[in-house]
Amino acid sequence: MDWNSLGRERRMRREPGDDPQRPKGTVVLALLLACASVMTLDHVGGDDSPLEGARRVVGEVLGPVETAAAGAIEPLAAVPDYFRTRNSLRDDVERLEKEKAALAAENRTAGLDRNRLAEYDALAAGAEESGRRVVPARVIAIGPAQSFSRTVTIDAGSSSGITPDLTVVNRDGLIGRVLRVTRTTATVLLAADEQSVVGARVTSSMELGFLRGTGDIGNDGLLELDLVDAGAVVEKGDVVTTWGSDGSGPYVPGVPVGEIVSVSSSPRETSLQAQVRPFADFTALDVVGVVVKAGTRSDRGVLNAEEKP
Amino acid sequence: MSLARNLTLALLVVVALVLQVSVFPHASIEGVVPNFVLLVVVAAGLVHGAQHAAVLGFCAGLLVDLAPPAEHVAGRWALALMIAGYVAGRVRQDVRPTWGAVALTVVACSFVSSSVFALSGLVLGDSAASVTEMLRVIGYGMAWDLLLAPVVVPAVIVLLRRLTPARVAW
Repeated sequence: MDWNSLGRERRMRREPGDDPQRPKGTVVLALLLACASVMTLDHVGGDDSPLEGARRVVGEVLGPVETAAAGAIEPLAAVPDYFRTRNSLRDDVERLEKEKAALAAENRTAGLDRNRLAEYDALAAGAEESGRRVVPARVIAIGPAQSFSRTVTIDAGSSSGITPDLTVVNRDGLIGRVLRVTRTTATVLLAADEQSVVGARVTSSMELGFLRGTGDIGNDGLLELDLVDAGAVVEKGDVVTTWGSDGSGPYVPGVPVGEIVSVSSSPRETSLQAQVRPFADFTALDVVGVVVKAGTRSDRGVLNAEEKP
Repeated sequence: MSLARNLTLALLVVVALVLQVSVFPHASIEGVVPNFVLLVVVAAGLVHGAQHAAVLGFCAGLLVDLAPPAEHVAGRWALALMIAGYVAGRVRQDVRPTWGAVALTVVACSFVSSSVFALSGLVLGDSAASVTEMLRVIGYGMAWDLLLAPVVVPAVIVLLRRLTPARVAW
């Protein structure tokens, strides 16, 4: 082999198409067009988009992997709790003692009201349906904030009787609603998402309003409540529940959502807004329940809400 | 393009995606997690060049768009990661990348991909996030990616170099 042929070989090796530093324009152009067409198909298609099928397939395959990963990481996720300082524990004890005292005081006077309320409730609800039916599930994946939408994946899917538009709750209150399901998983839109709108009722005055998420799920994340009646009287500490209907809307009625922390009115827009702190901690979701309709067939145990641990 | 290499890349992307959605949310800063898929694409770009990385970025992005917790118009991460791969691939390849070069590439690609994703949301009317919120998330994202780059990127680069047939040195 002489130097001449080596040189030729080297020249051949550096052909434009072969050189990794100079990509073919056609390939990049083709990829850009592919991105544009995928986005167009999905954007225009909406809920019937041709990509829903692909989403489903990817979900079916990755769902079990995500379940396994979430199960494996669970013991490790508890490690930071071991390192809580004694001061913070002491603060906790103090806070809980106060809360306990307040609750005990409340409890002494609540007996009569509660009994009366329970009777009314049983009277009203007993005729149609006795309590909610809840399918328990665990959160196995959380959408990153970089995607600007607040969604989580839970490990129960169509085989457990989950269908889109069901209400998702946990022991604290409302979590969100089901967007789409695969056989073993379901994607849930959190109430804190900016595109989530929940019909809501202020329990103290029965005023109606619409709760919007702000996208902030941190400890100081609040929900915005737009009240229908700008003249309504609502106060700090009032509890907000869902104002849904059984069977028709995505949210079932009477699920606690949060409590009002501040009220702001704008005379120019003749609207009344309140900031609501959700009862549920969206950053620490684990066990949630999906409220299913009566008579749903499920491959796991269905709980009555009242018996939930 | 060897089969073993492509399979490895596919596996790396899936592992990265699962880490991103199932494992690291426990350590997230205000919901922001490190973008492992981006780190894999950047490493592939540093080893194999822009064209390869753009194709990988497109495929990986499409997977991120379709995998369960995602709720946005599909194709947005595909576009963002494709451009990130292209940018990473344009870094000089005839010399081994230094630590500084890797860090700079990761920060640049993180900024570019998050920005492209956020802007595509604005254009499509898909996300309602405000600009300050976007900048905050992009900033945290860049910090996370930079923090994990020294671990993830060299590991992927070494793996990919092992799988690549020995090149003629020039």
